[in-house]
Amino acid sequence: MSRWGMVIDLDRCTACSACVAACKVENNVQVVSATESERGRRMHWIRLLAEEKGTYPETELAIQPNLCMMCDNPPCTKVCPVHATFVGADGLVGQIYPRCIGCRYCMAACPYTVKSFNWNHQDPPAEMLPILNPDVSLRPKGVVEKCTFCYHRLQAAKEKARAENRPLRDADYQPACVNSCPADAMTFGDLDDELSPVTQLSRSTRAVRMLEHLGTQPKVYFLERRDAQL
Amino acid sequence: MHSFEPDGTRDEALFRPIEQTTRKFWITVGILLAIILFAVVMFVRQLYYGLGETGMMQPVTWGFYIINFVFFIGISHAGTLISAILRITQAEWRRPITRMAEVITAIVLAIGGLHPIIDLGRPDRLMNVFMFGRLQSPLLWDVTSISAYFAASTVYLFLPLIPDVALLRDRNKKHHWLYDFLSWGWQGTPKQWKVLHRAINIMMIVVVPIAVSVHTVISYIFAMTLQTGWHSTIFGPYFVVGAIFSGIAALFIAMIAFRSAFHLEAYLKPIHFQQLGKLQLAMAVIWTYFTFCEYLTGFYGGEPAEMKTLLYKLTGRYAWLFWTMITCNFVIPVTLLSNRKFRTIKGILVSSFTILIGMWLERLIIVVPSLENPRMPFPHHIYIPSLTEISLFAGALAVFALGFTVFAKFFPIISVWEIQEGRQLGTLETTERVSAYLPDDAVPHA
Repeated sequence: MSRWGMVIDLDRCTACSACVAACKVENNVQVVSATESERGRRMHWIRLLAEEKGTYPETELAIQPNLCMMCDNPPCTKVCPVHATFVGADGLVGQIYPRCIGCRYCMAACPYTVKSFNWNHQDPPAEMLPILNPDVSLRPKGVVEKCTFCYHRLQAAKEKARAENRPLRDADYQPACVNSCPADAMTFGDLDDELSPVTQLSRSTRAVRMLEHLGTQPKVYFLERRDAQL
Repeated sequence: MHSFEPDGTRDEALFRPIEQTTRKFWITVGILLAIILFAVVMFVRQLYYGLGETGMMQPVTWGFYIINFVFFIGISHAGTLISAILRITQAEWRRPITRMAEVITAIVLAIGGLHPIIDLGRPDRLMNVFMFGRLQSPLLWDVTSISAYFAASTVYLFLPLIPDVALLRDRNKKHHWLYDFLSWGWQGTPKQWKVLHRAINIMMIVVVPIAVSVHTVISYIFAMTLQTGWHSTIFGPYFVVGAIFSGIAALFIAMIAFRSAFHLEAYLKPIHFQQLGKLQLAMAVIWTYFTFCEYLTGFYGGEPAEMKTLLYKLTGRYAWLFWTMITCNFVIPVTLLSNRKFRTIKGILVSSFTILIGMWLERLIIVVPSLENPRMPFPHHIYIPSLTEISLFAGALAVFALGFTVFAKFFPIISVWEIQEGRQLGTLETTERVSAYLPDDAVPHA
């Protein structure tokens, strides 16, 4: 069984937002109006977080992509009252939209703030309709959603492997964000495969996981910046 | 021992509000219904358009509805818990108070219990909680213990109501069928009295742990997460204390309102306010102690994420609300209640209002600042409630007032038979009890 994980090299990340755009299109993530966006209702499965470190004049802008960390011990799945968010057989944290009652407890419990809520009805503009991804369902209003590591791509990869009568391999699939990264900052693969690039990188001395002290055991690793001063 | 017969011709003052309907009653009902109707319209709009109608957003995904949920369920502790404690300790001054306390619980619990449902993004899927419910979620603990509390406290309200309903049945031609049905064939036989007293005694013990569990598991909703400002071990008792604290305040306001509306000055005397005021003072001090413990440990540890939320409350954006809360919950009530000169009905009314405001602010200060300060450098947003949320809050308060008004229209708001029992038996029992505490030679010769 594969354990899918990701390594993001913050040294290579140029904060170009290609991953953000790719994810939004790939997963039919709701595009909200400008006013709703101002009110804090914009929806992303991956977003860039910016943090100003240090005090003036010695400041530094630290930017990092923020997506579902696919915790091995997720705080969000524990609190869900209806099993709408859960750890699946392949170790990925899933979200069942037709079951979610929209209590948003998982959002309050997630220390990474990566879950999004459909505050309003999704009404894609007519120009958007032809480019919606048919592999990913549109979410109704009132449910929580989040990054799935492009689970639909994993499904396709599984089917292909089965058709070719072979086990699923490390490089069989990549989420859209990893695909689109022009700086090669994101590496995706099987953390159980000793030889996979993602496993190798996750053992780097620069590798950290966010809020590791909380014991959530995320499967997304970050390689710290070598030139970070603060 | 309980061979007394309640007298339906005495205590006219308690029956009068039921049998005479004034214009004031209809005006009150009309105004309350108008507020409720407006809230219902706003709620239907929210159902149609989604929770985008509220002021909530990311990262503040919980707002007024959850604050009011905690607040209203807190007030529900006024009732059953206080009434049970007073019965258990055989406090004789409880007699005119218990009924009102129990009514508060039943009404407010129904209102509070609805709040998580109006907060749902998909209220149409509520049944999923019962079909796919997972007991590991604190929300399920809530559902369980709130339903248990609602069941227990309605039974606990109903049992001591039976002899009064029978009195009404025997007096009234109006709504005779209702009283006949609700009196359950009460004839006041010695056996019925025995069974009733035993049932009340069992229930008053049962409701205490259930009531404590209710607000404990509500605090667990927050304490079980890893969020700053929530992940705290004292949240259980802290919430229970806050609940009783705000509950007594609501009880005081109800007592004062009915005292003046129904002219019950003969029944609700200053001494009752004095006694309950002392309990309120104790709760104020305990609440302050818990608040101090909670914030000092967070501050002294100084963990950066924890400190960010803490300073946000103490000196940051929420500072004015935080210090208002301290003033409302500690400074004003302790000043007023600890001084005999101010522990009057007026002083108690003032302190009850500030406590209700302060305890509502406490719920706000627990829910929102933690969410506004996530551990990740997430874009900062300020939560401002929308008109929908404010009108639903007003609607909830109106439902409370309406529920109380309608109850008082059908049933005596002060337990008639318990007052009469106090007159006939309570005084004797108390004399005997006090004599039993003393050396034997002090027993007065009968």
